[in-house]
Amino acid sequence: MTFTFVFDLLAATLRNATPLVYGTVGETYSERSGVLNLGIEGTMYAGAFAGFAVAFTTGSPLLGLLAALVVGVLAGAVMGLLTVTLGANQHVSGIGLTIGLIGISEFANRLLFQGGELRRIEPMPLLEPLAFLGAPGEIFHQYGLTYIAFLVVVPLAWWVLQRSSFGLEIRAVGDNPEAADAAGINVGRTRYLALMIGGALMGIGGAFFTLAVLGSFTLDIIAGRGWVCVALVIFGRWRIGRGVLGALLFSLLFSLQFRLRILPGFGELPFEVLLALPYLVVILALALSGRNVAYPGAYLKPYRRS
Amino acid sequence: MALFRPASWTGPRRSILSPWSSPALVVLAVLITFVLTAGPILLAGANPIAAYVEFLVVPVTSGFTAIEVLVSATPILFTGAAVAIAFRAGYWNIGAEGQLLLGAIAGAGVGILVGGLPAIVALPAMVAAGALAGAAWALVPALLRVRFGIDEVVTTLLLNPVALLVVNGLLHGPWRDPVTGFPESPRIAAAAEFPALLPGSRLHLGFLIAMAVVAAAWFVLARTPAGLRLRAVGLSPHGARFAGIDVSGTLLRAALVSGAVAGIAGVSEVAGIQYRLTGGLSPGYGYTGIVVATLGALSMPGVALAALFLGDLTVGASSAARALGIPSQLGAVTQGVLLLTTVGLLALRRNRLTRGIEIGGETVAGDVAAGGLPSAATAISEEGEVEQE
Repeated sequence: MTFTFVFDLLAATLRNATPLVYGTVGETYSERSGVLNLGIEGTMYAGAFAGFAVAFTTGSPLLGLLAALVVGVLAGAVMGLLTVTLGANQHVSGIGLTIGLIGISEFANRLLFQGGELRRIEPMPLLEPLAFLGAPGEIFHQYGLTYIAFLVVVPLAWWVLQRSSFGLEIRAVGDNPEAADAAGINVGRTRYLALMIGGALMGIGGAFFTLAVLGSFTLDIIAGRGWVCVALVIFGRWRIGRGVLGALLFSLLFSLQFRLRILPGFGELPFEVLLALPYLVVILALALSGRNVAYPGAYLKPYRRS
Repeated sequence: MALFRPASWTGPRRSILSPWSSPALVVLAVLITFVLTAGPILLAGANPIAAYVEFLVVPVTSGFTAIEVLVSATPILFTGAAVAIAFRAGYWNIGAEGQLLLGAIAGAGVGILVGGLPAIVALPAMVAAGALAGAAWALVPALLRVRFGIDEVVTTLLLNPVALLVVNGLLHGPWRDPVTGFPESPRIAAAAEFPALLPGSRLHLGFLIAMAVVAAAWFVLARTPAGLRLRAVGLSPHGARFAGIDVSGTLLRAALVSGAVAGIAGVSEVAGIQYRLTGGLSPGYGYTGIVVATLGALSMPGVALAALFLGDLTVGASSAARALGIPSQLGAVTQGVLLLTTVGLLALRRNRLTRGIEIGGETVAGDVAAGGLPSAATAISEEGEVEQE
């Protein structure tokens, strides 16, 4: 095992973790405000498609990114309409949102890009600010969205949630909406904002696949990564830092397995075992912590003024 | 019994003609859905009215397509009933998809092995194996819920992708077709194939089993003490516990029965349609089951109607694709929008009815419109440490 292998592995880890980081941070915001958003899988899917469709039509990946963000905000707003304004059941609403968004994306895909050859766009460029370091610089050979995820989104999202008054409001309406309301916080508005911010991040996470990695849209492009994010949020106990750590850990294993597969002797372990790991680890962790799982206080509960 | 007669879903007894009765609400949801989906249909360059005719009416106008409607309804009759049974108990089983896949694996496994046996032995063995496998897949989240109060929504959901990975692992590994090399299991034995109900059609024994399961579930829920207990737990875990009902046991049984019914759906698809285990066995039948159960107001007659309606829609979506050039994915769009409008309207009704009435903040878990974390509430009440929220 050479150093090149290690640098290459770390680079792949950061790249694979990027969409999970966006999704996990987005889902953390939703859940901390008291709304389990199972629309995440569909929101990432719609973000991936909208990003690609707009980038392909206009020729501008930045406009594509903006479209993914807008679609994510809208998806968050629909979730808010259902679960905050109407007070509908959160998990059924989320599943409905996912079914609807995947359906509408594939519908639009057929309508706009019917059959024919695979349409491609020029993927976003890779940045290489530390190329002069030689082999270690390979770790930093990443897409702009990866830099933004780790250097901007994660620290900012953490700071806002833990240190700003807006973050305090999100946590307050998620833990005890009655008390938050009594303290003069607008519970509905805060939950809408958290859902829309979360949705925007999910949309961008989805667009990372089409705009950066692949440069094209394929069916089943998200392939359950939204559910992985739901698992990572719980794995991280609703904390941004721990959720991101979980995303990195999973991506490291994922990238490692991918590389070891080609070596003789490692091909025996089914790939699927590793892919199932984040789900199983979360269920195991929940089982081990038993009654001590600290759900956000208002988890799954609609809020009505009585 | 009379105390519980107003079903948890319909709330206080209400005339079927009331604009807030469940059937009226579902019809309204369907109408709103059609208005909302008119946009995509217009974008596809078709007339929405013509499209709805193609969607809903054309499938039932010919014998062949009418039978296809029943074929499409078969798996979602099972999953709809599975989801409705669990939801009625206040157990949010989102894992019917995974339970279906495990049932399919077990069904295919038995179906491949039973080569020498007569059908009268082979078929029940397959169904039993599928039911057991589905129930086994449902066991861990159910135990976590009743033992530790761990919310089952996420645990049942997360086991769905795991089940799909198990299927793919088998198909890319030990069960890969030895003849063709495709990621498909070997074909099941001829004795294990569900017979066709009508010669030359795709309608198979699975449809009859599905109808029998729905009828049996209706009988148990509506007419037996076990069903009464299940509904009581769904309505109010606290009240049920106070009345001496074993809340944990009832939840556990509801979860396992739900998993077993979803598991039979997998057997039915393997033995009636595919004749082998394939990766594309289920295009999300487990999730469609949530749509069916919600649309059917968690009642078994409702589930049957909703499954037939969505079967109609599925066949209609592909005929609309051929006749009008509307992408068939509109079927999935309609399903999603329908689910959202239905839960939205149900929530609206609940708020309207409870406006000004203090209901003590207790979650009415049997009502799909209600949210809440019934698991935690139940777990606490089990120990009696903390009183009602």
